[in-house]
Amino acid sequence: MKTSSDGIYGWMKSGLGAFVAEPCLGYGGEELCPRRLGAFCSPAPDEADFCGVSELQSCVWNCCYGRFCIVVAEFKMNYLYGAFGSPCTVSIDFVDAETRKQASVKKENGQTVLVPLFLGQDSVVGEVRIDPVPGKKVEHTGVKIELLGQIELYFDRGNFYDFTSLVRELDVPGEILERKTYPFEFSTVEMQYESYNGVNVRLRYILKVTISRSYATNIVEYKDFWVRNYSPQPEINNSIKMEVGIEDCLHIEFEYSKSKYHLKDVIVGKIYFLLVRIKIKHMELEIRRRESTGSGPNTYNESETLAKYEIMDGAPVRGESIPIRLFLSPYDLTPTYRNINNKFSVKYYLNLVLVDEEDRRYFKQQEITMYRAE
Amino acid sequence: MVRFDALDLQQDMRTFDELRQLETFFKEETKRGRTNADLYELVQHSGNILPRLYLLITVGSVYIKSQEAPAKDILKDLVEMSRGVQQPIRGLFLRSYLSQISRDKLPDVGSPYEGEGGNVMDAVEFVLQNFTEMNKLWVRMQHQGPAREKEKREKERSELRDLVGKNLHVLSQLDGVDLEMYKDVVLPRVLEQIVNCKDEIAQYYLMDCIIQVFPDDFHLQTLETLLSACPQLQPTVDIKTVMSQLMERLSRYAAASPEVLPEFLQVEAFTKFSHAVVEVIEAQPDMALVGAVSLYVALLTFVLRVHVDRLDYVDQVLGGCVKKLEGKGKVKDVKATKQLVALLSAPLEKYKDVVTILKLSNYGKVMEHLDYDTNRVMAVVLMQSILANNTLITAPEKVDGLFDLLKELIQDSEGAPSIDELDEEDFKEEQNLVARLVHMLVNDDNEQMFQILIAARKQFGQGGPKRLPFTLPPLVFAALKLVRSLQNEDLPDDGPVSLKKVFQFLHQTVEALSVVPAPELALRLYLQCAEAAGVCNLEPVAYEFFTQAFMIYEEEIADSKAQVTALQLIIGTLQRTRVFGVENRDTLTHKATGYSAKLLKKPDQCRAVYACSHLFWVEEGSGVKDGERVLLCLKRALRIANAAQQMSSATRGSNGPMTLFVEILNKYLYYFEKGNTQVTSTIIQGLLELIVTEIQSENTTQDMQVDAFLANTLRYIQFQKHKGDSVAERYSDIKVPS
Repeated sequence: MKTSSDGIYGWMKSGLGAFVAEPCLGYGGEELCPRRLGAFCSPAPDEADFCGVSELQSCVWNCCYGRFCIVVAEFKMNYLYGAFGSPCTVSIDFVDAETRKQASVKKENGQTVLVPLFLGQDSVVGEVRIDPVPGKKVEHTGVKIELLGQIELYFDRGNFYDFTSLVRELDVPGEILERKTYPFEFSTVEMQYESYNGVNVRLRYILKVTISRSYATNIVEYKDFWVRNYSPQPEINNSIKMEVGIEDCLHIEFEYSKSKYHLKDVIVGKIYFLLVRIKIKHMELEIRRRESTGSGPNTYNESETLAKYEIMDGAPVRGESIPIRLFLSPYDLTPTYRNINNKFSVKYYLNLVLVDEEDRRYFKQQEITMYRAE
Repeated sequence: MVRFDALDLQQDMRTFDELRQLETFFKEETKRGRTNADLYELVQHSGNILPRLYLLITVGSVYIKSQEAPAKDILKDLVEMSRGVQQPIRGLFLRSYLSQISRDKLPDVGSPYEGEGGNVMDAVEFVLQNFTEMNKLWVRMQHQGPAREKEKREKERSELRDLVGKNLHVLSQLDGVDLEMYKDVVLPRVLEQIVNCKDEIAQYYLMDCIIQVFPDDFHLQTLETLLSACPQLQPTVDIKTVMSQLMERLSRYAAASPEVLPEFLQVEAFTKFSHAVVEVIEAQPDMALVGAVSLYVALLTFVLRVHVDRLDYVDQVLGGCVKKLEGKGKVKDVKATKQLVALLSAPLEKYKDVVTILKLSNYGKVMEHLDYDTNRVMAVVLMQSILANNTLITAPEKVDGLFDLLKELIQDSEGAPSIDELDEEDFKEEQNLVARLVHMLVNDDNEQMFQILIAARKQFGQGGPKRLPFTLPPLVFAALKLVRSLQNEDLPDDGPVSLKKVFQFLHQTVEALSVVPAPELALRLYLQCAEAAGVCNLEPVAYEFFTQAFMIYEEEIADSKAQVTALQLIIGTLQRTRVFGVENRDTLTHKATGYSAKLLKKPDQCRAVYACSHLFWVEEGSGVKDGERVLLCLKRALRIANAAQQMSSATRGSNGPMTLFVEILNKYLYYFEKGNTQVTSTIIQGLLELIVTEIQSENTTQDMQVDAFLANTLRYIQFQKHKGDSVAERYSDIKVPS
C-alpha cells in the first residue's frame, strides 16, 4: 500500500489532514496517562464518601502517587482530632435542598453519587448549623463561610487554584454553647466554569465553613456542589463534510450533519464510498475526548475513547453509502471547554476508523463542539 | 436490559425464532411503561452493528404494530439503516429478517397500516429497496473469498437465492399492486436492478422469478417491457429458457382461458415475442446455435397454442430460424439438430396435415439445414404422417412442394453419402414409403391427376438407378388407374390429357426403368401397359409395348429362370390381349412360340410350348380357335418331353419322372373338353397308355407326386365320364387303364 507522503491526500482544497494508516497497537500513539501510575492505590476504600469529613480520604485514590503521602498525613491529623473528640458538629444545608436538582457524579471507583446542582447565576443560599457536643463549648475567634471555585491539577502536587473565592463572616469571636444556625447567602454568584472531573484535572465548587480558634486548630467543614452552565443554541452550525482517501486505494466522502452537538444530541451522517480497493472488514465511529492541562512545556494531553460505535460490517463497494446515527445520550460527555482559566481545556473529536482485513486501521479525526443545551 | 453481545446471530433461520421471543419481550416492555419510541432509540445504543440492527428491526416491528408512528417512516428507517451491514451473507440474512418481519406490516391497500402509515406506494418502495439491496449483496457474494472456492460459493449463492426472490413474491402479494402500478413502478424498477447487476446467476433466477410470481395478465400487458430487458442481459445468461418459460406460461394462459385471446392480439404478443427473439439472438452472439433454435421452438409452440389459425405466423417463425441458419450450411451440432427436428415436428403434430405444412414456404428451407441423416428421418416422419393421417395430396404444385421436402429420399443431393454407403434395409424401407406415398397423390380431375403424375415423374426421375425400381412402379400403376378412368371418356388427343398422352407417359416411365437397368421389372410393366392399351383398343400402342417387352426379353434377360418367368408373363398377357389383328397377332405369337422353343432346359421348353398352345385357343369372346396349331404345340411338347426323358436316361441311367407327360395330358384333356376337334379321344387314349406303361416300367424313377397327379387326373376322367352330359359322352371313348 502506498503510504508515502505524496500518496496520501486529505481534503485537497482545505489542506486539512489526511487519513492516517497505522498498525493496530491498541490505541496506537496514545501516551500513557501519568495518572495511571496511581492505579496501584486502588482498590479505593469503599466507605470513602465524596463529601463530608472523609472527603480528603477520597483524594487518596483520586490523586497521584506523590500526593498520597500528604493526604494520609492530613487524614491522620483529623483522626487525632477525633481522638480528642471534636467539640461540635458542623453541617451545611441548602435552603432548597429538597427541591433542588441533583447531578449524578461518577466517582473514580465507579460509583455515582448525587450532588446538589447549581447553574452559573444561581444564588447559593442555606444555613450553617453548629451543634456543640453537649457539655462542651466552642470558643472561637470568628466563623466564616467561603464559596470557592477550585481547579486542581493532579500533576501539580495537589495545588489548588482558586478562581472564585467569596467570604461571608457568620459570627464575631465568641463562644457557642448550644446549637446555633447561621443563614448565609451568596446571591447571583458568577460561577462561569462548570464542575468537571477529568483525568488530570478537576474543577470543583465547595462551600467551606471555618471556625477559627486561637489556640487550637480551626474546625473546617466542606460541602461540595455541582455547577453546570447552559449554552445557547449555536447560531452557526455547519455540517462537517470531507473527502479523504489514499490515492488509488480508498476514497470516501463523509458528512456529519452538524459540527456542534448538545449532550443528548444525535450524530447523523453518511459515508459515501467513492473508491474501494482495499478489503475493509468494518468501520466504526469513535468519540474521543482530549484533555489538555498545563501550558508551555508542561502541557499534558490525555485522550480517551468514550464511545466505539460500529457503523458498518463487511466491505462496501463503490457507490455505497452507509448511514450514521449515533445517540450521544448514553455517553458521559461534557461540553467542550476551551482554555478554562488558562489551566486546561477539554475537546471532543469524532474519529472515523476503517479496519481492513489485515487489521490495518485508517482513520480520520474531526473535532466537534459539545455544548450543554437547556 | 438486554445483553446485546449475548445474541448469537448465526446465519440460521432458527435465530429468527429466537428473535420472535425477543419481540414478545419488547411488547411486554411497552406494557411496563416504556414507550416504543424510547425502545427504538434505546436499542440503537448498542455498539455492535449486527445485533443492533436485529434489535432495531425487532423493536421496529413492535413499534409498527402499536401504530404509534407511521409504518412507512419506520420501514424506511429500517431499510436505510440496514445498509450498515455490507458483509454479503450477514446482510442478506439481516434483510431477509427485515423482509420477513415486515411482510404483514406493509401499508398495503386494506391493511390496518394504510392511511397514516402510508400507502401502497410506500410499501412497494420499501420492498423494492430491500430487494435491490439484497440483490446487490447476493451478487457480491461471488467476490468473497479465494478464487479457487468459486464453485462452492456459487453453490451457496444458489441456495440463498430464494431470500432475494422472496421480495418479488411479497410484491406480487400486495393487493395494492395493480396492473398500472406494476407497469409503471414495479416492473421497471425490478428490471433495472436485474439488468444493472450484470450477474449471470442473478439475472437468470430473477427473470424466472418475475415470470413465475406475477400473474399472467400482467405479463401480457407488459410484454414489451419485460422482453426488452432480455437482450440487455449478460451474454451468458440462459435467456432461452427464461423466454421459453414466459411463452410457455402465456400460451398455457391462453389455452386455459380462451376469452383472453383478443388481448393477445391486441398487445401483439406474437410480434413482440418474435422481435424479442431476434434481438436476443443478436445481443448474444456467442449463444450456441441450439439456443437460438430452441428459442424459435418455444416461439413456435407459443404460436401453435395461441394462434393456431395463423399459418403466416408459423411461417414467419420458421423464416426467422432460416435467417439465423443462413450461410451456416448443414447443422452439425447434435443438440441443435434435435431442436430443429422439434421445430419441424411441432407444426406437423399440431396440424396433422402435410398439406398445411406445404403452405409454409420456409419449412423446406429449414429442412435443408438438417444434416443428411436427420433430413431423411424428418422426411420419413413427414411421409408417415401423410400415410397415418390419410392425407391426400391433390394439387400438382403441392406435389412439387412435397417432393422438395422429401428430396433427400428422392434424389442424391450434393454432399449426400453415396447410396452404397446407406444401410440397405433402411433404404428399402424409405423407398417403400415413397412408393406408398404415390398412392396418396389423388385428384378426381383427370387433367389434374395427369399433371400430378408428370410432376411426380419429374421428381422421381432424378432418383438414380437405385431408387427408380422403387418409385416408378407405383407411378405406372397410378397412371394405369388414370387410364381406366379415361377409357370411357372421349377426349381429343391434343387436349391436356388423353389416353395417348398417358400411354406416352407410361412408355417413357417404363423405358426409364429399362435403362436402369431393371429388365424384369420393365418387362412386367410393359406387359401391364400393353394389356391396358389392349383394353383401350389401341392396337399400335399395345403392339409397341409388346415389342418393347420382347426386346427386353431378347436383350436383357439372360438368366434362364427369369426367362421362364418372363415368357410365362408374355404368353399370359398376349393370350389376354385381343386387340390385335391377325397379322400382328401372328407376329407376336410366332415370336413367343419361338422363344419357348429356345429355352435352355427341356422341361422349361416343354412347359413353355404347351403354354403357347393357349395363344391359339382363346375361349372368351370371338377369340381365335385354331385347333390345328394347338395340336401342333401339344405334339411338339410331347416330343420335347420325350427328348427330356431320353436325356435323363442318357445322363443318369434312368428316365426322369413322368410329370411333363401328365401335364401335357391335362392340356389335352382341357382342349378335348373345350371342343377342339383336332384333339381326339384316340390321341388321349394313346397318351394315357403311354404314361401308364412308362410309370410301371422299371426304368422310370418312381415319384409319389407324379403318381398322385396321375391318379387325380384319372379320377377326373372317371368323374367326367359319369357326369352324364355332352362332355361325358365324348369321354366314354376313353378307357381308363387300371
